[in-house]
Amino acid sequence: MAKKVLIADDEPNIVLSLEFLMEQFGFEVRVAGNGQEALELVESFAPDLVLLDVMMPVKNGYEVCQHIKGAPSLHHIKVILLSAKGRDVEVAKGIEMGADAYVTKPFSTRDLAAKVRDMLGE
Amino acid sequence: MTPGRRFWGSAAGVAAFVLAVIAAAGMVVWLDLEPPERVQLRELLTAPRIGLLVLFFIALVGGIFGIVRRWFRRSVEPVRRLAEAVQLIAASNPEHRIALEGSEETRQVGAAVNALAQRRLELQRQVEQTVQAAKASVEAERNRLAALMAELQQSVLVCNREGRILLYNAAARALLARETEPGADGALVGLGRSVFGVIDRGLIQHALDSIEQQLERGAEAGAQFVTTTAAGGLLRVQAAPVLMPEPPEAAERKAPRAIAGFVLLLSDVTETVERDSKRVALMQALDESTRGAAANIRAAIENLIDYPDMGLPQRERFTGVIRDEAVRLSERLNAISRELSAQLQSQWPLEDMRGEDLIALACSRIDKRLALLTKLEEVDPQVWVKVDSFSVAQGLTYLAARLKEEFRIREVRFRLTRGERHGQLDMLWRGAPLSLETVFAWENDPFQMGGEASPLTWKQVVARHAGESWYRRDLPAQAAYFRLLLPLAAEARGVRAAGTGSRPEFYDFDLFELSAGNTALDERRLSELSFTVFDTETTGLDPSRGDEIIAIGAARIVNARLLSEETFEQLIDPRRPLSQASIAVHGITPERLVGQPTIEAVLPRLRRFVEDTVLVGHNAAFDMRFLQLKEAQTGVVFDQPVLDTLLLSALIHPNQESHSLEAIAQRLGVEIVDRHTALGDALVTAEVFLRMIPLLTAAGIETLGQARAAARRTFYARVSY
Repeated sequence: MAKKVLIADDEPNIVLSLEFLMEQFGFEVRVAGNGQEALELVESFAPDLVLLDVMMPVKNGYEVCQHIKGAPSLHHIKVILLSAKGRDVEVAKGIEMGADAYVTKPFSTRDLAAKVRDMLGE
Repeated sequence: MTPGRRFWGSAAGVAAFVLAVIAAAGMVVWLDLEPPERVQLRELLTAPRIGLLVLFFIALVGGIFGIVRRWFRRSVEPVRRLAEAVQLIAASNPEHRIALEGSEETRQVGAAVNALAQRRLELQRQVEQTVQAAKASVEAERNRLAALMAELQQSVLVCNREGRILLYNAAARALLARETEPGADGALVGLGRSVFGVIDRGLIQHALDSIEQQLERGAEAGAQFVTTTAAGGLLRVQAAPVLMPEPPEAAERKAPRAIAGFVLLLSDVTETVERDSKRVALMQALDESTRGAAANIRAAIENLIDYPDMGLPQRERFTGVIRDEAVRLSERLNAISRELSAQLQSQWPLEDMRGEDLIALACSRIDKRLALLTKLEEVDPQVWVKVDSFSVAQGLTYLAARLKEEFRIREVRFRLTRGERHGQLDMLWRGAPLSLETVFAWENDPFQMGGEASPLTWKQVVARHAGESWYRRDLPAQAAYFRLLLPLAAEARGVRAAGTGSRPEFYDFDLFELSAGNTALDERRLSELSFTVFDTETTGLDPSRGDEIIAIGAARIVNARLLSEETFEQLIDPRRPLSQASIAVHGITPERLVGQPTIEAVLPRLRRFVEDTVLVGHNAAFDMRFLQLKEAQTGVVFDQPVLDTLLLSALIHPNQESHSLEAIAQRLGVEIVDRHTALGDALVTAEVFLRMIPLLTAAGIETLGQARAAARRTFYARVSY
């Protein structure tokens, strides 16, 4: 059965690339445009991994990540934070919130894909 | 004993003595008489002659009282007044002279005392002249210091160990007034006032602690901190210690010297910090927006490269993303660089200057050095620029010099207009066009004219201002010009008030010695306390029937010195009509009270002004009653100790008939000016009070507690309002 990946980002231009990329690896993909939507899809879609943008409307990526990693039923879900905030304090905060990886924009799609596949054991 | 009781006591004593002598004589005669003679005498003395006898005794007692009274009037009272007058001459007013009255002997003593006082006055003047001459040089030094401080743009405060201000300059006063009490006139900064009223105590204490630690380590001591102000600004405070003079034996032990006080240098860093944080925010925005766009472009491109077999619609979507993101990125970069260029100011210190003045400076230089005609075209007087005026004037002179030498130009003109973000300063001339090579050379050659050389170039001058400069031809006008863009400055903020001519009381180094706080107020000497002397003008005499305060004036006395620079004067709208009778007293007409603040607004300011001082007023009970009746309404309580010059006068001179302010002022040799304005009366009262202090000391009243207790015992203290 195909692994499920949730992409949460309010920027359609990056979503387009990420969605295409994930589909190339045969993952089942859903997209959320803000933090609240992401939390709802985490429950209903039950993804194996979330690609989570930090700066999003309604609820930001840190909050979503904290929620996922704080809930016993969800915390097995892998979280990769994607962010244009590249200062070390921000990276530290992301890791502290429980993220499995923190990737600063711009990133290499090959590296990201490798990281995702690695985390999903493929 | 009061004079009245002394008189009655003496008269009764004399009468009792005479009656006792008569009674004793009668008794001796009675004992010597034979029994029949006694019977005869008894018959002789009984009615109706007993009436005569009683009359005789009443006349005798009346006569005795009359004689004693005359004796008191001629001999005792003049001597008493003489004694008070001698004390007055000795302690306070050496020019006072004794009125010759009473018996011949008293008059002679009075005349002799007057002669003695005259001699003493002359001697005193001689001594004073000698002392004055000796002090003049010290005073000159101090005045130079005061003048230097007053002119200094940097804000300076010097405080003693307890935080009492003993020196401040006008810049500090203005800065703190603006930052800590918007709308007020700097009343919180004053000699003897606590610096903690304007700067947080904890921050200063922390700075002092760290200075002490540095001193113990033997290091150079100093500390700085930034604090926010009530007005929302940021102050950078640099603190440095003032050390106690080193005792000789301490030098051998190499012990750290104790701190006598500290110097605070204040600077308003609101703008700098704001500019810096804006710059940081811009850099961050630039960083984040670039990263976002680059991520989107990179991901799209990598997908295009890695998956060349994707369908056309998909490919078009990715190229669309790349185009959109590239456009968005360039737009953001444009916006940010527009913001940045406003932020990018040179590190060179630039002053705010009216553009007109800058041009005048350049013209005078060109005229003097090159003998070249200068004229003004359109010059906008509203344009202020941030400029290093010397280098710009030097640069313009250099360009004019080359124009004159190489192109025989006989006249240059100037023009100044306001651009969108810059001031545009043009130097125009008529003549042949310049080649681009010439312009390039002029811009890059070091200044050299008439034997004067400088390593500076025009290009560097422009860079110093983060400005721009170019050469253009104005064909219709058949002229050419160099244009220099200079950063605009806000119009200068209210320039410091000019000095008053006399030396401002901005410092009092004796405050270093003051060890306030260790002793209770009542035990401190009058000569070292801080006082606020105040007076009010009112709509009438009865506050309980609705009379209101319409003016308050107050002045400060610190270390037995009246601080004429630190006064409080405020008219107040009483919200009720003024009676003609009261206008006749204070001369304040209703029109002058229109638009003045109400008592609710004024009393909190007055309360801050009188902080940490003892209140002094003439007939203070009257003024205090008005203030106390406002306590419930305004919540402002005046609970300081109060001294009353009327009571103190009655205490020092119980035999004088009048204790009105005029009478006391005249007695103590205080000149009356501006009577019946609140501030004028407060100042007269203050002078009077200062002259009373030595008289009180002579009477054994040295501390505040003694003065308050003694004043309470005087007759006038029993009159209430």
